[in-house]
Amino acid sequence: MSELLKKQKNVEVHKRVNQSYKDGFVTDIESDTFPPGLNEEVVRAISAKKQEPQWLLDWRLKAYAKWLTMELPDWAKLKIPEIDFNAISYFSSPKSDENAPKSLDEVDPKLLETYAKLGVPLHEQEILAGVKRTKVAVDVVFDSVSVTTTFKKELKKVGVIFCSFSEAVKDHPDLVKQYLGKVVPIGDNYFSALNAAVFSDGSFVYIPKNTRCPMELSTYFRINEMNTGQFERTLIIADDGAEVSYLEGCTAPMRDENQLHAAVVELFILDNAKIKYSTVQNWYPGDEEGKGGIFNFVTKRAACNGVNAKVSWTQVETGSAITWKYPSCILRGDNSRGEFYSVALTNNYQQADTGTKMIHLGKNTKSTIISKGISAGKSHNTYRGLVRISKKAEGARNHTQCDSLLIGKNCGAHTFPYIECSNSTAQLEHEATTSKISEDQLFYCKQRGISEEDATSMIVDGFCKEVFKELPMEFAVEAKALLDISLEGAVG
Amino acid sequence: MNFKRCKLKRLDGQNPSYEKNKIMLKINNIHAQVGDNKILKGLNLQVKPGEVHAIMGPNGAGKSTLGNVLAGMEKVQVTEGSVDFLGKDLLELEIEQRASEGVFMAFQYPVEIPGVNNMYFLRAALNAQRKYRGESEMNSSVFLKLVREKIKMMNMRDDLLRRPVNEGFSGGEKKRNEIFQMSILEPKLAILDETDSGLDIDALKIVADGVNQLRNADRSFIVITHYQRLLDYIVPDFVHVLADGKIVRTGDKSLALELEETGYGWLDK
Ligand SMILES: Nc1ncnc2c1ncn2[C@@H]1O[C@H](COP(=O)(O)OP(=O)(O)O)[C@@H](O)[C@H]1O
Ligand SMILES: [Mg+2]
Repeated sequence: MSELLKKQKNVEVHKRVNQSYKDGFVTDIESDTFPPGLNEEVVRAISAKKQEPQWLLDWRLKAYAKWLTMELPDWAKLKIPEIDFNAISYFSSPKSDENAPKSLDEVDPKLLETYAKLGVPLHEQEILAGVKRTKVAVDVVFDSVSVTTTFKKELKKVGVIFCSFSEAVKDHPDLVKQYLGKVVPIGDNYFSALNAAVFSDGSFVYIPKNTRCPMELSTYFRINEMNTGQFERTLIIADDGAEVSYLEGCTAPMRDENQLHAAVVELFILDNAKIKYSTVQNWYPGDEEGKGGIFNFVTKRAACNGVNAKVSWTQVETGSAITWKYPSCILRGDNSRGEFYSVALTNNYQQADTGTKMIHLGKNTKSTIISKGISAGKSHNTYRGLVRISKKAEGARNHTQCDSLLIGKNCGAHTFPYIECSNSTAQLEHEATTSKISEDQLFYCKQRGISEEDATSMIVDGFCKEVFKELPMEFAVEAKALLDISLEGAVG
Repeated sequence: MNFKRCKLKRLDGQNPSYEKNKIMLKINNIHAQVGDNKILKGLNLQVKPGEVHAIMGPNGAGKSTLGNVLAGMEKVQVTEGSVDFLGKDLLELEIEQRASEGVFMAFQYPVEIPGVNNMYFLRAALNAQRKYRGESEMNSSVFLKLVREKIKMMNMRDDLLRRPVNEGFSGGEKKRNEIFQMSILEPKLAILDETDSGLDIDALKIVADGVNQLRNADRSFIVITHYQRLLDYIVPDFVHVLADGKIVRTGDKSLALELEETGYGWLDK
């Protein structure tokens, strides 16, 4: 199997620096990378590399077998180029991982530099010295491997487990076994099956009963290696009465070829528990001609299994060449609540087909959907959402608001709201608007001295307000900055 | 009445920067069109510092178009003529540069900007203009003080500041908001495009009062209006009649009164 491992010094010269993607640098560090290709051997090799127990290997193999029988979904309003799954490398880790870093001191300084560039608050001191004084525990997934988790000790004191997925498999196998694949089953969809077969790492969180996590938890993902895919899994369990706010951010270097990201996120929310899950997604979107960029196929699902359980997905999606993503809520517990707040911005040739599913099973379950789609350039932005009220979901309620903003004449916005209602007591509201940044608005702003770019950013920010206010403060600022960067060149 | 005081002050010549013969704005033989529709056909106008010029005329005469030419609306194409503003070729400047040079337009139909806080918008505008002029940004506490002072002057409700720009404002509130913005931005030349239309008499007085308080020896106004009523409160130095793309008559305040009596029917003769 060691012949599978190819040491590769990843020195990549940028051909062109695209100013508008600020995270588009390549880190020059030594790494272990599997050669491209996917077969059962590769699945076994990943599992062996991670010294996994037999049950997990068996689970992966089952998923791989299932995946072979499945086909790439074609129902989304996306033009997906043929993906050669044998051209992708399924495992890459920074070399220093061989003697897994125990503390920050042992982490490759180049890597730390990378995070500094990304603005990841890795050093605890920095965070403590931060103006806001909010603490953020960070887990970083670099290519395939989770590198370091900060604040572990402090979290441990209150019984919170926050670690890489691999560690969780080693240290908390019972929890992993109990929940893994229970809300997103292996065969749920093409990409979830692929992920189950080849997932390399990710984050694991367990919040014990009646515990409010004392700080924000956060994971930053970054794809660095060429031709690698990233397949991480996140599993979060909020036990009875637990509460946690979790944020993930992602970036990738600029590369001319496409890269694949197929993640799975599973959330379990028990009686009276709450999870707030926020995403700022800034994968490389490709250049102005549509070359390169990440294909982002993500399955995120939350099971509100307990009574009064509450989950809230907030996402700000500005990156990726293709986004295929529908964070969903299964509202099984009576009185449970699901929320979905989304800003999806597409520019140039980006395509996004994103939305949510609210599955109402319990009594008096409530869901809220607020989706803001912004299309610029030649991009296409689709909202696709399902609200399903089952027979037993007495008194269920949904409010959906779906707004699209168009910038320029060559982009498209599409809305596909699906409603399936089997209980007559349900109350459903749906509002949808499509608007343009009008010439009159721009003229008005400019007449007051504000540049077109600032005016556009202001109008877009105003459009997204309802979603931004759901983000943790620091990230709301970051999200706004990201939108501005992503819109560069979209006006004028 | 308030305007009298202002006017007297100006005529007293107490302000040393008042130079009687200097021309602030010189519009020379402007021809302008939107698409193929020729709207302005050789318009001339000169405005000196401190003067108030009223522009009257029938609907569709090109009054708003004149304002838009000065403000720089892209849709309006200037095919002939020139505009000199304080020694600069105004037509060469971008819209936001003109604003920062001191051209302000109170819009006939102020637009709504959903989700953008009115005060945030105004501070962004003020600081953009200050930056252009090489001045430092105004910090939020100084700005807030300024806003408090001016909002009282316009007799506006505080909560309008926190609401999105013009969204859900009544017609009168929108117009007042324009004058409020003007009072913060302190332009050199203000174009008021039918700021009086849709206002009841009380609101009209407040708006006129706001304008009069801003009148000084250096600031000039072009007041576009249909009604002589406004000119009772904002007393103009000159009244012009704009018809068929040109200024066809110029007079003093009494011309407005005369127009009130005769209408514009005489134009057709
Ligand atoms: N954006 C525009 N597109 C097409 N025609 C316009 C536009 N703006 C003004 N016009 C036309 O130009 C003429 C003058 O309009 P305007 O300047 O608004 O007149 P006023 O303000 O004097 O009522 C009218 O015939 C009007 O229909
Ligand atoms: Mg008009």
